[in-house]
Amino acid sequence: MPDKPDRNAIEVVKVSKIFGSGEGQVAALDTVSVSIRENEFFTLLGPSGCGKTTLLRLIAGFDFPTAGEILLYGQDIAPLPPFKRPVNTVFQSYALFPHMTVAENIGFGLEMLGKPKAEIKARVDAMLKLVKMEALSARRTSQISGGQQQRVALARALAPQPKVLLLDEPLSALDYKLRKEMQIELKRLQHETGITFIFVTHDQEEALTMSDRIAVMSSGKILQVGSPRDIYDRPSERFVADFIGESNFLKAEVVGVSAGRATVKLSSGTEIPASLPEGLVPKGKVTIVVRPEHAQLSAASPSASLSGTVENIVYLGTDTHFHLRLADGEPFIVRRQNSRGTGDGIVQGGKVGIVIGGDAAQVLKD
Amino acid sequence: MANRFSIKHQPGFTAIAATCFIVLYLPIVVLVIYAFNAATSTSEWGGFSLKWFQSAWQNTQVIDATLRSFQIGATAAVFSTIFATMAALATTRTASYPGLTFKYAAINQPLMVPEIVTGVALLIFFSRIKIFTGYSGLGYLIAAHTAFCIPFAYLPIRARLENMDLTLERAAADLYATPWRTFRRITLPLLWPGILAGLMLAFVISLDDVVITEFVKSGGQDTLPTYMLGQIRRGITPEINAISTVFLLLSVAIVTLFFFISRKHD
Ligand SMILES: Nc1ncnc2c1ncn2[C@@H]1O[C@H](COP(=O)(O)OP(=O)(O)O)[C@@H](O)[C@H]1O
Ligand SMILES: [Mg+2]
Repeated sequence: MPDKPDRNAIEVVKVSKIFGSGEGQVAALDTVSVSIRENEFFTLLGPSGCGKTTLLRLIAGFDFPTAGEILLYGQDIAPLPPFKRPVNTVFQSYALFPHMTVAENIGFGLEMLGKPKAEIKARVDAMLKLVKMEALSARRTSQISGGQQQRVALARALAPQPKVLLLDEPLSALDYKLRKEMQIELKRLQHETGITFIFVTHDQEEALTMSDRIAVMSSGKILQVGSPRDIYDRPSERFVADFIGESNFLKAEVVGVSAGRATVKLSSGTEIPASLPEGLVPKGKVTIVVRPEHAQLSAASPSASLSGTVENIVYLGTDTHFHLRLADGEPFIVRRQNSRGTGDGIVQGGKVGIVIGGDAAQVLKD
Repeated sequence: MANRFSIKHQPGFTAIAATCFIVLYLPIVVLVIYAFNAATSTSEWGGFSLKWFQSAWQNTQVIDATLRSFQIGATAAVFSTIFATMAALATTRTASYPGLTFKYAAINQPLMVPEIVTGVALLIFFSRIKIFTGYSGLGYLIAAHTAFCIPFAYLPIRARLENMDLTLERAAADLYATPWRTFRRITLPLLWPGILAGLMLAFVISLDDVVITEFVKSGGQDTLPTYMLGQIRRGITPEINAISTVFLLLSVAIVTLFFFISRKHD
């Protein structure tokens, strides 16, 4: 655990990156600000083309921001070329040196730092052990499998003990099973080395399972930063709610705000409490989001928040999805965990009530 | 299915291919056979003999010309490959810009300007320098050969560079290698097969040149090809066939050697 939990390893301050000029201008990053704490597993999550790689490249020094600055432990790193930044990268394509052995690849960074031979050897051995590649140290990188190349790329980037490790979709080339294994492996490595990881992915499940904190990106902007739980339970914008997990969006009207929570009136006329994104004081018409597993079904009764018709029931083993149509014509999904012997009389075409509990609804910014 | 449209199955293709091969190789086969001719004339067969090889071996003019060819070829190949490597790095390691096409054209100029024009131009240019400096050594031939060998050395090096993954150099920089060490440890080793190919190609091209050499050489500076040309003007003996045969074997040996070296590097 970090001794100073609030120390920032990286601070990105109002960074913009614009490619091209005139008509064909692309803002890959648009005034992005984010702080990444020491020793945390931080994930940049977003669809392809949202600027994740660009942000990593700016931190690594392969490219320069059009505006803004990047601080490493409080120091502006703009004047440092890549080979002077204590930051290492695991490339999406691994970029292992094909004319060197596994051990030579891993030792390359230390050699360039001018470490003594004995120290390099000891560290390479330790790294080989850490990624469980001792047996293959003398192989050429072309003679090992994709998963093994991945491990070598990790070991190579970790060997010089960087202050921050950048990982650009490192698992995307692996098949499903290997990817799951490597997710656990990466968490273990981060824990054992205590190095700050900045991990890039477009896979929301991967982000949720691995990260201490996630930044959700879209079109060159960071929309929300928070723990996986924050992001999932309290998405601040429609894009975030949509991109991560499944969501029900409901139109509602704000009738009161107090102590960081709102009371909203649904289309059915029922008033329910809803939590608010930080810093938002909503009024008038808003959209609220309810996760499918945060709502419950009940018998159609006036005490239910909403009522609807069951259009479809999908049994998935661990849980069941009820696809409903609300009175105002909008769709709504309720997910319920299955237990043995539940015959509750909910049938296709039947009327049901939907109960949205005290902490289930979240007001969105847009 | 796919075979129906394969070029191998087009009618007449085999016949055309066979004809091309015969036209290409038959004269060479005849040349090699007549190198072992005991007769003094190349038009009649006088039995098997190695005497023309012996006579060529004892001909000091042939030996001198051969050594000169190798000296010029080796020097020109080394220089042109160095220039070609630098040119290839400069033209592939930058983003495309308007003047780039012009630079390609400038580098490849010797491929496009007729050799005879270059030959005449160099003759005039060098004669001025000769008068001015008094120097009349092999330097002129080496300079000329270096110039026209550059595009041949450039092509395989550039091809190799264009296929090289740029993230490898970025990865080296990320791992604390300065630009120079990145070049030494990553770029150069990966480029090596291309450089060797360029070197071999430049050497063979230099060895083979007649036109430009003919214009640039001073008296007593015959290379093997210009010597052979001079001999043929005076009438052909099978000695020329013997020299050509050795020349052929050498070229094949160089190409084979290169093939194995480049395979080892890949
Ligand atoms: N070198 C470049 N030149 C021009 N546009 C670029 C360049 N690099 C990235 N872009 C553009 O910037 C945007 C973000 O790209 P990138 O950071 O690679 O996205 P991601 O990694 O999230 O998929 C994209 O629209 C991409 O086309
Ligand atoms: Mg990317």
